[in-house]
Amino acid sequence: MTVKTEPISINLGPQHPSTHGVFRFRVTFDGEEIIDVEPIFGYLHRGSEKLAEERTYQQVVTLTDRMDYVSSMLSNQAYMLAVEKLCGIEPSPRGVWLRMIAGELQRIASHLVAVGFLLQDLGSWGTPLTYVMRERESILSMFEMLCGARITNSYLRPGGVFMDAPDEFWPTLHSFLEELPHRIDELENYLTGNEIIFARTKGVAVLPPDVAVNASITGPMLRASGVDWDLRHRDPYDFYDQVEFERPLHTAGDNFARYWVRMEEMRECIKIIRQCAQKIEPGPVRPSHDEVPFLVRPPAGDAYGAIEGSKGELGFYLVSDGGISPYRCHVRAPSLINLTLLREMLIGTLMGDLFVSFGSIDLNMGEVDR
Amino acid sequence: MNERFLDNSLFRNIYCYMAGDSQGCVSHGYDSGFLPSGWEWVAFAITAFVIANLFIQGALGGVLALIWGERRILARFQNRVGPNRWGPLGSLTSVADAVKTMFKEDIVPDQADRFLFNLAPIVMVIPVLMVFAVIPIGIGTVVADINIGLLFVIAITSASGLAIAMAAWASANRIAIFSGLRAVALLVSYEIPMALSLLGVLMITGTLSMTGTIEAQHVPFIIVQPLGFLVFFLAALAEMSRTPFDLTEAESELAAGHLNDYSSMKFGVLFLAEWAATIAGAAIITTVFLSGWRGWEPIPSHIWFVAKLVGVLFLIIWIRATWPRLRIDQVLAIAWKGLFELTLINLVVTAILTAAMSDREADGSLFSAGELWIMAAVNWAVFFPSIWLIGKLLAAKPYDESKGDALPEYPVATEEASLEGVAD
Amino acid sequence: MPGQGLIKGLGVTMRNFVRATHTVQYPDRRVGLLAAAKHAGKNPVSFIASNPREGIKAMLFMASIPERVEQATRFRGNEFTWFETRCTGCASCAKYCPLGIIKIVTHPGGIDVQEGESYAIDVFDIDTGRCMFCGLCVEACPYDALHMGSQFERGNYERNNLVIDVDELRSNLKQPSSWYRPQFEERKYNPFKDEQIEDHHDAGRHEQPSDEDLKRRWVDERK
Repeated sequence: MTVKTEPISINLGPQHPSTHGVFRFRVTFDGEEIIDVEPIFGYLHRGSEKLAEERTYQQVVTLTDRMDYVSSMLSNQAYMLAVEKLCGIEPSPRGVWLRMIAGELQRIASHLVAVGFLLQDLGSWGTPLTYVMRERESILSMFEMLCGARITNSYLRPGGVFMDAPDEFWPTLHSFLEELPHRIDELENYLTGNEIIFARTKGVAVLPPDVAVNASITGPMLRASGVDWDLRHRDPYDFYDQVEFERPLHTAGDNFARYWVRMEEMRECIKIIRQCAQKIEPGPVRPSHDEVPFLVRPPAGDAYGAIEGSKGELGFYLVSDGGISPYRCHVRAPSLINLTLLREMLIGTLMGDLFVSFGSIDLNMGEVDR
Repeated sequence: MNERFLDNSLFRNIYCYMAGDSQGCVSHGYDSGFLPSGWEWVAFAITAFVIANLFIQGALGGVLALIWGERRILARFQNRVGPNRWGPLGSLTSVADAVKTMFKEDIVPDQADRFLFNLAPIVMVIPVLMVFAVIPIGIGTVVADINIGLLFVIAITSASGLAIAMAAWASANRIAIFSGLRAVALLVSYEIPMALSLLGVLMITGTLSMTGTIEAQHVPFIIVQPLGFLVFFLAALAEMSRTPFDLTEAESELAAGHLNDYSSMKFGVLFLAEWAATIAGAAIITTVFLSGWRGWEPIPSHIWFVAKLVGVLFLIIWIRATWPRLRIDQVLAIAWKGLFELTLINLVVTAILTAAMSDREADGSLFSAGELWIMAAVNWAVFFPSIWLIGKLLAAKPYDESKGDALPEYPVATEEASLEGVAD
Repeated sequence: MPGQGLIKGLGVTMRNFVRATHTVQYPDRRVGLLAAAKHAGKNPVSFIASNPREGIKAMLFMASIPERVEQATRFRGNEFTWFETRCTGCASCAKYCPLGIIKIVTHPGGIDVQEGESYAIDVFDIDTGRCMFCGLCVEACPYDALHMGSQFERGNYERNNLVIDVDELRSNLKQPSSWYRPQFEERKYNPFKDEQIEDHHDAGRHEQPSDEDLKRRWVDERK
């Protein structure tokens, strides 16, 4: 007997509990199976790139905080690289080490959030989420020590950071680095061997490496497909050529691989922070006001500064016409570009996998829409 | 007339105060009541009214307590504090929530089928409350000790799937329809292992009556029937739509599923029915597998029952706090490929054992404690290999654990082809 | 054995079940009798005797004691601390504000012998309803007159009430955050524990110039 079925299309979002902000899918289902997905975004567009054109170079830092609000330190870092390239500023070594430490801490925080929300999408009722938020809180407390804010940091300045770390920062960092591996172990104990998580994530939404490269996917998502591409290693910025770390790779390219790569990268971040804390030496944290004034006035030209962000290659392209504010500021947002393969990843999976695969991309709507 | 409730002192007092010279009361030492003989039915009606009310109010109070307890316990599992503002340790929070729910606007969507939309909460809540009628919560404390208690329970809990399908269909919401279809799929799949897992118990007790089941448990059946317990527990989780089988209102997929379009007290009733179903399911597990109100003197039987019930509920909450949700195809696969086979294994083993030890004991029960222990030993010996076997069958294909050994050849940039060439 | 990972997960959550909670109850914590009596500095019996109402509440775990999370000294608070004597009315803060929410109106204010001629402030409005507390105004202030505050409880029912005007700035608590103020960090000044900074000289980054210096630079040389 054949049963006559009809496809049914549903709008999921922008008001939906697990769209990671305001994202909208128009999904066509055949039963529980997805046969078409149309991602619709732009609900969080704030015109950051346009706003940057009427701010001074210093003031744009506050805008970069609000693009990827779970890894604002890294956004700051990418922007500062572009400004330094544009103006030809030689950054102060201590400032660079400090922003590497801050950036790696932020990467841990961002990966923690990614893992937590992936598990939330899998339906484990907030328990892994509260655990990762607990660890993230200690990172945010350290950010508060550094720069007085937890999320919207604005810590970096052209040529370094705005102030040296306070004395109480170093013991806190040390004890945190002692504690964190145990917490990650606990999380791994809880999650990595779990049969339900295996069943839900393995072999789902597979992204082959050639497709990923052609779609210019970057970051942990690309490394989960087995492509060894990490800007910290391929095109070392700041002092990443002076630290040693490994790049965890997984060949499967499915949801579990993306989860696994993030978990392993957190351990590598700890290694990097330890090396930075050893190699840092006393000195000024930013060039003096005579070298880099409050109103930076770069020569006419353009520059592209890119870092390995927590979600992929995060780049800022700045064009200067010699004025005090950028003529054009373009952001290469990894969240947006990683999203481009969503349709190909999702077709053929079931409804339960929809948000899990979406969450495994680890995107941030603030960065997608800017 | 069902006179077993005369075992319970409270009900006995109410009944015999009015009809003291009836047969049952005289044997308990009462000599006279104020109703003349032939009017016992009045006394019985009043007593039944009191009992039914006590049970329903108890169930509703239990729901409020469970919602509060679940939020507190879940919070502790998540390293949080949980509700703490209203009342001692936040215990009045669910009361405040109930009041808030009552005062909300009652919205019926334009496209909805109004009749079914209004009917669904009623269909949902009545069967759940009826389950409490057959559960003995202490010696003699049972509303109706019918001789087909287990059958009644299995039959009547199926109505919840119907109610969810009704609610989903009536609210004319596409997301809700998913929920309704999933509920029906779950119901169809999990009724079978649920009923089959009780057959093992049935063979040992030889009765369908709940009280009889408890009286036969010289050893709690969780020890005698581990496979039966496991299957029944998982199937009950699925019937209650609790994690990891909470597909009908999978929050991260369907928002609230069939509850999407309900508001005010209709939402409240649906919600209450769900939580009451959890208590009912835990009570059935307690009765059938944890020997109900049996325990050691001098602690009263009611306290034993409530303690075991709270233990089962804690386990359910613990699982909810820990495990992620399964996907619909996996849930159905577990029912048909896993639990169904496990119940069959259990049935065969139990049938052989009951046939081997089929002499009736002196106290009227089929098996003595010693025989039950022998059965337990055999069942546990079967338990682990069968779980291992079914797990092997159910498990996905072995996963390629190579983390970097067998990288694809595709990587575009290698050490040799460095960036310098690209920049030019 | 299948199910091993699931059991292990249950173990992890149970370990967290018995661990102390990580969250705090803001602004006050619900406590029982023992903690409430300890907070009041009494033994439980005398606590109930001295205040039966509170005692009963405490026995029901409903007594509340205030609770604050420890904050970093650089915390960029929701209020601003302003030393009028230090301010010259240069409006650097208004100029560097990314959102342009600082409004300053001045008039020539005669001679201030400390740092030179200054403008007297007529209007100094900071619209904290739109402020994002980036602290660039504080970083731009050349005379260390404006500081980030340390408090954050400025919830309000009307938008206009969020504008900090000059009178409020004058009367605000003088407990500045050490955001971009290394002189406070050198002194280990903690706005959440220490007293207010009464003397405007203490808020400055520079040594106080001697009276002779000032007279020579700003009075004699101008004659």
